[in-house]
Amino acid sequence: MAGNRPVLAAVIAAVFLGLVGLLLYGVLVSDRADRTALPSPLIGKPAPEFSLPVLHEPGRLFESRELAGQPYLLNVWGSWCPGCRVEHPVITRLAETKRIRVVGYNWKDEHADAMRWLEQFGNPYWLVLVDYDGRKAIDWGIYGAPETFLVDAQGIVRWKHVGPIDGTVLERDLLPALDAIGVPR
Amino acid sequence: MLPELGQAALLLALLAALLQALFPLAGAAGNRAAWMAVARPAAFAQLALLACAYAALTAAFVQQDFSVKYVADNSNSLLPMVYRYTAVWGAHEGSMLLWALMLGIWNAAVASWSRRLPDPVMARVLGVIGLVAIGFLSFLVFTSNPFERLLPAAAEGHDLNPLLQDPGMIIHPPMLYVGYIGFVVPFAFAIAALLEGQVDARWLRWTRPWTNVAWGFLTLGIMLGSWWAYYELGWGGWWFWDPVENASFMPWLVGAALIHSQAVTEKRGSFGGWTLLLAIAAFSLSLLGAFLVRSGVLTSVHSFAADPGRGLFILTFLALVIGGALALYVLRAPGLPQGRPFAAASRETLLLVNNLLLAAACAMVLLGTLYPLLADALDLGKVSVGPPYFGTLFILLMAPLVLLVPLGPLTRWQQEQPSRPLALLMPWLGLALVLAVVAYFMAPQGPLKTAAGVFASVWVGLGTLRFAWTRLRASGRAFTPEMLGMVLGHAGIAVFLVGALLVEAQNVQQEVAMKAGDTARIGRYAFRFDGVERVQGPNYIADRGLVQVSRDGRVLAMLHPEKRAYASGGQIMTDAGIHAGLFADSFAALGEPLGDGAWAVRLQIKPFVRWVWAGALLMALGGFVTALDRRFRRVSADPPAPRGRDGAPSMPGGGT
Repeated sequence: MAGNRPVLAAVIAAVFLGLVGLLLYGVLVSDRADRTALPSPLIGKPAPEFSLPVLHEPGRLFESRELAGQPYLLNVWGSWCPGCRVEHPVITRLAETKRIRVVGYNWKDEHADAMRWLEQFGNPYWLVLVDYDGRKAIDWGIYGAPETFLVDAQGIVRWKHVGPIDGTVLERDLLPALDAIGVPR
Repeated sequence: MLPELGQAALLLALLAALLQALFPLAGAAGNRAAWMAVARPAAFAQLALLACAYAALTAAFVQQDFSVKYVADNSNSLLPMVYRYTAVWGAHEGSMLLWALMLGIWNAAVASWSRRLPDPVMARVLGVIGLVAIGFLSFLVFTSNPFERLLPAAAEGHDLNPLLQDPGMIIHPPMLYVGYIGFVVPFAFAIAALLEGQVDARWLRWTRPWTNVAWGFLTLGIMLGSWWAYYELGWGGWWFWDPVENASFMPWLVGAALIHSQAVTEKRGSFGGWTLLLAIAAFSLSLLGAFLVRSGVLTSVHSFAADPGRGLFILTFLALVIGGALALYVLRAPGLPQGRPFAAASRETLLLVNNLLLAAACAMVLLGTLYPLLADALDLGKVSVGPPYFGTLFILLMAPLVLLVPLGPLTRWQQEQPSRPLALLMPWLGLALVLAVVAYFMAPQGPLKTAAGVFASVWVGLGTLRFAWTRLRASGRAFTPEMLGMVLGHAGIAVFLVGALLVEAQNVQQEVAMKAGDTARIGRYAFRFDGVERVQGPNYIADRGLVQVSRDGRVLAMLHPEKRAYASGGQIMTDAGIHAGLFADSFAALGEPLGDGAWAVRLQIKPFVRWVWAGALLMALGGFVTALDRRFRRVSADPPAPRGRDGAPSMPGGGT
């Protein structure tokens, strides 16, 4: 083994430094994602157009223009996503106020799992769109689940949040954003 | 007043840790007996102080002192008494205090039972544990002070996370922490050995029970977590490959490799460097687990509130501990003796394969857990790594290991005729194959998985018993606790395999809309829905379903699946109604009301699911029993093992 010593040292050092670097990056990013939403190139621009199936009505294709005229909140979720469970009660409470339509965006999921999830925890959504291969998600720049977009009545993306929406994010960011685009209380 | 005393105790514990690290390490280097003698009293003082701090925090919870921020955040006046004790570790700060207390207990235990070790070794081992304690305690004191005051005091607290208000959750974290932090002992030993420049079989023998006990606790902790998820999350699954589960599973895998390689190094002198590296890896992965859970780097149901300051602190600590240990390893390990040579067909080779497979499985889990982060860092877009990746690769890596398990104990050290153990096992291999074929054709569904489950468990189970029988029949040779531990552990694998594979293959599930009086049938089971009642718990209101389950017309049980709305946060929790059976669980979870008195109800029959945890329990028991072997407590400085050329008759243990 003595002959392999530099090789061994190099391998161990590379693995170690790579891991530390990656985790350091993770810490810095966790800061960014948590404190301020990731800047989205979509903010201020029209929401992407799409035509996606509806979870509860298989076979029906829903066109993005059917949403026009009223603001809506697009909430990306999946039954596999623990963060979605965390924010679920907050989303439900918001939806119950009927201030805004909450559109679910069921991402990279299975139909049966998604149905079971909604049945288990309750369905706060006005409508659930389905994007199982994640193709349309690229247009939205979806970064992970959960992720939430606020689109105003003109179809312009006004606000975005990466990660679970907890009570703080709701009070501090989302409700003011609703006020800002003039959604009546 | 009490919280301030607690805080003072915490600071003094940090001081004790400093003393315990500095003097013994310097004393061992300069050979000063008086300095080395500081180690033991410092360790006991640290434990006493940590116990005081812990008691102070517990008292604050019991007395509902909402002027302490941590108490106000994690309990309220409605919280039942028993959960006031357990709420202490319900969130980040308190659970770190529990970690520190567990470390203190291990530390004091090592100090008590290390009198046989030469003084410099003892001083180095305790000194290294002291260094680790400095890291944990300064993390507590400087970033996560549980005693911080909230002024003015809150009139009412928030609540303990409802997920944690559950008996399973009461004991899951402490078990897990005992296991995690227990790997500090083999780690400290490895560092001491590297500082010393040699791996002595006597010290190795001394570390082995510690590793086995730590691994046993980790097994229990993981098992309890899995059991809790099964009934509390309402899904009926028992393993999710969630990042935090993975964080506990990685040290478990490496720990399993470590207890095997330690046995080889102790008995045969081989794998010395590798054993040290595994000991470093097991503890490093425990720290990595703590980091992943507490830094907010990965999202998971388990994560504590993310705080980048804490993340950076643990990362620095992690880098220092692991980096320092690895640097020392690279500098010193190549000089270690190589141990005796062994032939390709020998027990050493089998254990090497065992180690490589377990290490590869751990690397696979690590890669899968960190891959989303890696993809993100390299701008490859968001990737989610799910059960398909983990499940497939894990089975691929573990299948050869399962095939080899019965061979290991029956194979001789150093050199073996492969035909000898094979001949011993051939009848059982045949039996396993026949039963697998029968299972394939009899299984109502999932024939392949069922056959695989039957084959693997019969092969491992009977193969292990074959070894036990050989040893018991051979007169004049003791059946040591070490062997018994090995047999229990391997039998645990067999039992676990029955559960894991059969529940996957034979699980039946139905989602039905039911009104009071409706009956749904699954195979021989009938579920009668008797409606839903409203019940008031201490701090929640629940809809409780009444489901009567019967098999072949005989009533088994009344299930009470609940949906609870907690008063504090409006969080809804499901609590499944489960009738546990040795051969099958019947499981009912309540869904949404569908109006008109009808409810969505999810019904499941889960065959053999209890065997998953029974298997884990056996494995943990194996770890504990092995640690009882008197050989590990022998004082004599005899060479590691009788070394007959023919290995087997003189082999000292079963090769744990």
